[in-house]
Amino acid sequence: MIETKDLRFRYSDTLPFVLEGLNVTIKRGSFVAILGHNGSGKSTFAKHLNAILLPSGGKVLVDGMDTVDEDRLYDIRQHVGMVFQNPDNQIVATLVEEDVAFGPENLGVPQKEIRVRVDEALRAVGMYDFRDRATYQLSGGQKQRVAIAGIIAMRPRCVVLDEPTAMLDPVGRREVMRAIHDMNRTLGITVVLITHHMNEAVDADRVLVIDHGKLLLDGTPREVFSQAETLYRADLAVPQPVELIYALRRDGVDIPGDVLTVDECAEALYHLLKSRTNTRG
Amino acid sequence: MLKDISLGQYIPGTSVIHRMDPRLKIVLTLAYIVVLFMAKGPLSYGLVLLTLGLIIVLSRIGVRFVLRSVRPLLFIILFTAVLNMFHVDGDVLWSWWILKITRQGIETAIYMALRIAMLISGTFVLLNYTTSPIMLTDGIEQLLGPLKRIHVPVHELAMMMTIALRFIPTLIEETDKIMSAQKARGADFETGNVIRRAKALIPMLVPLFVSAFRRADELAVAMECRCYRGSEGRTRLRTLKLQGLDYVAIAIAAVLAAGIITLGVVLP
Ligand SMILES: Nc1ncnc2c1ncn2[C@@H]1O[C@H](COP(=O)(O)OP(=O)(O)O)[C@@H](O)[C@H]1O
Ligand SMILES: [Mg+2]
Repeated sequence: MIETKDLRFRYSDTLPFVLEGLNVTIKRGSFVAILGHNGSGKSTFAKHLNAILLPSGGKVLVDGMDTVDEDRLYDIRQHVGMVFQNPDNQIVATLVEEDVAFGPENLGVPQKEIRVRVDEALRAVGMYDFRDRATYQLSGGQKQRVAIAGIIAMRPRCVVLDEPTAMLDPVGRREVMRAIHDMNRTLGITVVLITHHMNEAVDADRVLVIDHGKLLLDGTPREVFSQAETLYRADLAVPQPVELIYALRRDGVDIPGDVLTVDECAEALYHLLKSRTNTRG
Repeated sequence: MLKDISLGQYIPGTSVIHRMDPRLKIVLTLAYIVVLFMAKGPLSYGLVLLTLGLIIVLSRIGVRFVLRSVRPLLFIILFTAVLNMFHVDGDVLWSWWILKITRQGIETAIYMALRIAMLISGTFVLLNYTTSPIMLTDGIEQLLGPLKRIHVPVHELAMMMTIALRFIPTLIEETDKIMSAQKARGADFETGNVIRRAKALIPMLVPLFVSAFRRADELAVAMECRCYRGSEGRTRLRTLKLQGLDYVAIAIAAVLAAGIITLGVVLP
């Protein structure tokens, strides 16, 4: 479990606060999506979760360990792994399996055990067949999955992913999202996914919206996306089905219930059209 | 392809030479060079040639590549040889003005040329062609391990090499991209004199450097996230261990070296 208590942060004493008092609790095993427009402080927040940045005010607790506690630094980083946007800038080794081994090697895991973990991690992201390939020969989606495997091999409890699909094509994005969901479901690893793609947030257990360093919304995807008005004001898009229904309602069309997925949207439109033909006929 | 530069001149393969421990290959290459300089006379040179031949045949990389390794230095080899030819005193075969060629001169020239050619081709086959840069880095790191005691940052240097190898293809790809982008805006990298062409490179180098620094920054954070803290307490997925094959290689090398030294130093 990760807890932030009134987390405040600024990059230097002369700069304004980037995070202005965030209170967030992330439950073990959950899948949390974080939304926010550019510069709202998402990456800054993420870097607090494994002590890359330390709070200017307030506290961050990872399984009860305070991130300012230097003695627990490597415990914290092993507990909370981090995957970044650009796969090219987080792969260390030339060969796939050597890169995945990098984390366990740093942790001093015995050699035999490293082998086991590397194979497991590569299987978990579907990259086992590529284990002895050179990393530069892989596609963006494959590189990003190798990066995820590199974190899984450290046996973390939680993985924070900072816009992991932002640089990928649709195919790569799908592969990576599948790997992330598998990691959450089958390995029970807590996932904190920072994303720009609303449809990636729809499948989360919980969505947090950060705006100007403050928590704007916090709830299930259904609860959060029903607040289309608030999201628009924070310069955010909403999933396309939500957007369509929102636009129709704004123009005075009466659609009952809340709509999140494409199927629900189709259902709502079907009923709408059907009721219209009925009243006319 | 340019990208393959990170493989150096490595020619992938599974021959016995490929499979030898990189540390042993480094040591044997050094031994080969030392022994080569102790060779003297046709018999010992013949044995060195035989050794080289054996290495080439076992490595299965083809004579074409061996010749290719020597070619860039052909001029220097010939130049040194010719210089030696006119330099050595002895039985004069031909003379004109202040120039003279002696029998001993010709002999020296041939030995000299052979020695340089064998030095280069032997090193290339043992290290460049049959050992991947990664293996080479690992080998060097472990061989230099004892220097850690006198505070030589062996692990750090090896890590730097590993990362450099890893980023070469990325940066080359990026250079390609930036060049295309600049060309699309009318930049001209191909015509004009040297100064003009060098100037045209500046708008390409600036973004390249900016991006390289950003990459370095992000990589450092990523490495910290993966608990990197230098060599302290670090284990490895693969450690080098001498195999049966390596012991056979040591035995053969010892016999050959003894033979060459006997023929070259002891007998004459
Ligand atoms: N290293 C830094 N030094 C100073 N300011 C920074 C630094 N990194 C980010 N910022 C600033 O902090 C704010 C939040 O940035 P960031 O956390 O990257 O936002 P997001 O990830 O949501 O786009 C931005 O205004 C940005 O300019
Ligand atoms: Mg960001």
